[in-house]
Amino acid sequence: MNKGKILSRSIWVFHFCSGSCNNCDIEILDALTPRFDLERFGIKLVGSIKHADCMLVTGMINKKGATRLKFLYDIAPKPLAVVAIGACACSGGIFEPSYYTYGPVDKIIPVDAYIPGCPARPEALIDGIVKVVKKLST
Amino acid sequence: MILFYYLVFPGFLATFILGGIASWIERKLTARIQARVGPPFLQPFYDIRKLFIKEVTIPENSVRSIFMASPIISFASVSIVATIVGLNLVNPNYSFNGDLIVCVYLLLIPSLCLILGSGAAGNPLSSIGASREMKLVLSYELAFWTCLAVPMIKTNEIRLISLMEFQAQNGAIASSLSGIIAFIITIICMQAKLGKVPFDIPEAETELAGGAYIEYSGPLLGFFKITQYMMLVILPVFLLQIFWGPINSWVSILKYLVLLVVIILLENTNPRLKIKQAVKTLWFGLFPVAVVSIILAVLGL
Ligand code: SF4
Repeated sequence: MNKGKILSRSIWVFHFCSGSCNNCDIEILDALTPRFDLERFGIKLVGSIKHADCMLVTGMINKKGATRLKFLYDIAPKPLAVVAIGACACSGGIFEPSYYTYGPVDKIIPVDAYIPGCPARPEALIDGIVKVVKKLST
Repeated sequence: MILFYYLVFPGFLATFILGGIASWIERKLTARIQARVGPPFLQPFYDIRKLFIKEVTIPENSVRSIFMASPIISFASVSIVATIVGLNLVNPNYSFNGDLIVCVYLLLIPSLCLILGSGAAGNPLSSIGASREMKLVLSYELAFWTCLAVPMIKTNEIRLISLMEFQAQNGAIASSLSGIIAFIITIICMQAKLGKVPFDIPEAETELAGGAYIEYSGPLLGFFKITQYMMLVILPVFLLQIFWGPINSWVSILKYLVLLVVIILLENTNPRLKIKQAVKTLWFGLFPVAVVSIILAVLGL
């Protein structure tokens, strides 16, 4: 059996936020509540990047955040999927023209999936994670 | 033959599978309490399988040997307890005098390994986790040992199989006054030993981000997870053998499930204590009660 298939049955997600307006983060937590219940698919929120299989990045990345993000990506045990959540993380969103933007996530680390929306709805989030799972298992 | 007992039944493999099922029951019930659907049946095994294909990362400033060895030692010692406790049920010929004390000592080793491993990880959060675990061990061990003295006094035995024989003739130890007090206190200490919610202070997902486990990844974390699964079976069965025996019929499985549900309910209805509160409760709240139960036991109640 290939690694992706094994991984796709149990995805532990780690949540990284750099300069978001905090709305996308609330939606991530929403996806874990009884209404959407991501644990059905074996998805669990963990507190340490060392346990994570998937990193959810929200917010346009600012200068301080960029070095942290790169560092976290480097120390994380691979295989690791990176998902950019919200318009900010995908493209810069409404913060795009501002002076402290350090660019969308994919300028810093490779991204496996983009979930647009401002904020991204939990349904979109689940859909995105399912797509990552599919991508991992092929 | 010993190797078979150790690795397959009733040692590592059987306990691991039962532990996975117990862990699923725990997660499913928790989900149902929170009005969620909960994970699929094989989820604990998926988690372990996944952890074993992940990369191992070792922090730069860690003490490599201790960091790597402690999960494996904790896993190995728990397998020994599983073998001893399990053999008492399937093949009593192998029991030896004093196995109760050996078991309690071996059950302490996972906590010690966690302290060592997280202390060696070279991460400040992990060190806080280690120090909290240390305080927690100091606080619950006292009450735990004191309570274990009750069945020893009542039966004059330190052998699990004789304890069970005694209970087969005279009824469960937990049916006496001192026995039931000691049993309840050991259940609370068991919660601390398992690292479940009122006492999940060293792990503290929300404040320490995994605490003692923070630097562990891949197979090393997997070994700790397996240890946790196995403890979820061994500890309740061990307590059943001591306090709520005899274990010989299908009713015993029901008894185990009752204990498991008690663990889960305690976990879901309590907030996390601060380490200060935990030490206070265990030393000044529960320990005196445990001493009272010993006195009652000596008086023959
Ligand atoms: S995408 Fe919208 S909701 Fe999400 S962090 Fe950016 S501004 Fe906030």
